[in-house]
Amino acid sequence: MPRILACTDGSIYAESTIDHAAWAARALGAGVQVLHVLPRTPAEAPVDRSGALGLDRSEELLKELAALDEARGRLALKRGRAILDAAEARLRGAGVTEVRLTQRHGALVDNVLELEREMDLLVIGKRGEAADFAAGHLGANLERVLRSSPRPVLVAARAFRAPARCAIAHDGSAASLRMVEFAARSPLLEGVALDLVTVGSGGAALQSAPAAILEAAGRPARPVLLQGETHEAIAAHVADAGMDLLVMGAYGHGRLRTMILGSTTSALLRGCRIPVLVFR
Amino acid sequence: MTNLERLRAEWFPNVRADILAGTVVALALIPEAIAFSIIAGVDPKVGLYASFCIMVVIAFAGGRPAMISAATGAMALVMVTLVREHGLQYLLAATLLCGVFQIIAGLLRLGVLMRFVSRSVMTGFVNALAILIFMAQLPELIGVTWITYPMVAVGLAIIYILPRFTTAVPSPLVAIVLLTAAAMFFGIEVRTVGDMGELPTDLPAFLLPDVPWNLETLRIILPTALTLAVVGLLESLMTAQIVDELTDTPSDKHRESAGQGIANIVAGCFGGMAGCAMIGQSVINVQSGGRGRLSTLWGGVFLLILLMLLGDLVRQIPMAALVAVMIMVSIGTFRWSSLRDLAVHPWESSIVMLATVAVTVATHDLAQGVAVGVLLSGIFFARKAARIFRITSTLSADGRSRTYTVTGEIFFASAEAFVDSFDLREAIERAVIDVSGAHVWDLTAVAAIDRVVLKFRREGTEVEILGLNEASSELLGRLGRHDKDAGAAPALH
Repeated sequence: MPRILACTDGSIYAESTIDHAAWAARALGAGVQVLHVLPRTPAEAPVDRSGALGLDRSEELLKELAALDEARGRLALKRGRAILDAAEARLRGAGVTEVRLTQRHGALVDNVLELEREMDLLVIGKRGEAADFAAGHLGANLERVLRSSPRPVLVAARAFRAPARCAIAHDGSAASLRMVEFAARSPLLEGVALDLVTVGSGGAALQSAPAAILEAAGRPARPVLLQGETHEAIAAHVADAGMDLLVMGAYGHGRLRTMILGSTTSALLRGCRIPVLVFR
Repeated sequence: MTNLERLRAEWFPNVRADILAGTVVALALIPEAIAFSIIAGVDPKVGLYASFCIMVVIAFAGGRPAMISAATGAMALVMVTLVREHGLQYLLAATLLCGVFQIIAGLLRLGVLMRFVSRSVMTGFVNALAILIFMAQLPELIGVTWITYPMVAVGLAIIYILPRFTTAVPSPLVAIVLLTAAAMFFGIEVRTVGDMGELPTDLPAFLLPDVPWNLETLRIILPTALTLAVVGLLESLMTAQIVDELTDTPSDKHRESAGQGIANIVAGCFGGMAGCAMIGQSVINVQSGGRGRLSTLWGGVFLLILLMLLGDLVRQIPMAALVAVMIMVSIGTFRWSSLRDLAVHPWESSIVMLATVAVTVATHDLAQGVAVGVLLSGIFFARKAARIFRITSTLSADGRSRTYTVTGEIFFASAEAFVDSFDLREAIERAVIDVSGAHVWDLTAVAAIDRVVLKFRREGTEVEILGLNEASSELLGRLGRHDKDAGAAPALH
């Protein structure tokens, strides 16, 4: 049975992330593992600037600090539990039978990398609790996960709508062809109308190979040739043509690009209001 | 975490809290650095320059954010003899060499050896340190004018009573300020810090130690440098562990070891004595809210600023005020709960702790105390592990053969008991010794099995050993002779 890892937190993306995971689970016949990570936030220390050392001060201080962290830790655990329970109820309500809940400490990206080895798909919200909403930035966690994840990542949009029309952004790279292969055979895109999108003057030449792959799999795609700045053109097409899902590669050209996540990728993630399935 | 985020988390978890904590530390550090210089027998400026250099360098090079390192009592105690017999320049050379040793220790990851230093040894270490710091104050308390005693008493009263009313200001500082003011105002004739030697007037300057760079010098400084390196790493890694626990964050012990070395080399080049992490100051830093590297850096910088601004006032501090602070430091360093634990803990742990204290106080050398403590805990452990060993036996129905089943650890400490557990007076034709459930750890154990077999044979008993390969896999692993039987095995068959 394929497995999906859904990362959730208390943000406004939490519910739609679960909905996206439920959709993918139904399409793939997969089980969902829901992950909630408790961040480590050190407690405010008691203010004592007396500078005096009393009897066994370090042991006493350790007890004080541990007691502070304990109270906060318990609260965070409880809250996390509630988030996970809500996620489970939502998944079961959507008809997913195989649900596992996981609560972990530490950084999200470390935990995701550890867990996703046994996973086939990762679902994560575009922004998390920690993200700065005003700036329109991607969540820092999302960027890090995308940068390091070897699995396809479904980036959930703020609201969920079962995808009926999907755009596949193709640039001719090897990763891009792998992505087309996936689109051709994955049950995830069964019955979804496909657009094969290329940008730039060489677009027509680039289209032949992926179009053949999709054709052979019985999922013919509508060819779309766009001009202009890659991310602007694709974002505009996605909005104008009423696409529900964008499939694209997090292409890295060279080491540096791999490290900082292709700028086109992040621009597209920021610019599109629909879920994005990102391939490495 | 990306490097940038880690850097931010290590340096600036909370800028305001770190700056305030660093300020408290700098204020608390001045009297200590002066007092430790006096213990070492050098001018106060040597300890103060060292504290500045070490704090600033370790803030960048150290592996444990928010830990405070500076001139310390433990290090000062080690260098007393070298300073008395050869002078400051040799101490600076020893400081450089100590730094080199510590960097090597960091690169070789010798910090892992810390696991052999048990909790009892560590407790003994801090208790001995506290006792030695207290004893070092005695010269300031014996044969001095009577006014010293009330001043020390008032100082201690302020230090311990003031925090009950406010924890916003460092109480040792208040004690020092008030006592200094009183001494100046009333013109009390007492010894002051200025009488103890030179204080810093300028910024520290780069200067290599003025010693002949030859083997004779190396011979003089080598023992002290080695001890300094060992004691410095011991206290630093111990303190790092305490800060790890307090803040519930990890640290890089090997980077800390090398960092201590770099800090000492820089200190030595700028006329400072060797130092290491300070348990008390690190606790004060965490207690004051310091969590990031910034607290250490600011502590060092602010220390220097204070010295430049207040140099003349620092000179006026009565030794009595300093003694009061150092008594507070020694009381705070001592692990008082360990006295209560003497009655509760296993006696072996208590012996280890007491032996560490006794040897250290007798030799004034923390390294020797720790060595004795580690040795004793090793012996006690071997003794306990030797008890995890059992032999049961069953006589066959016809009464002609007996099967001995050995379980547990057979090694040098249990080998004798192993040999004694066989009944050689029993006249049997055949003895089966099943060691498959035992561990044969060393050559002594192999020799013991050998002895038992020989003894049985002399009685005319045929011996069969079962499961020796499983039992001695540890030994085989070590000797790397998987293709053959264990060392003495051929003699057994």
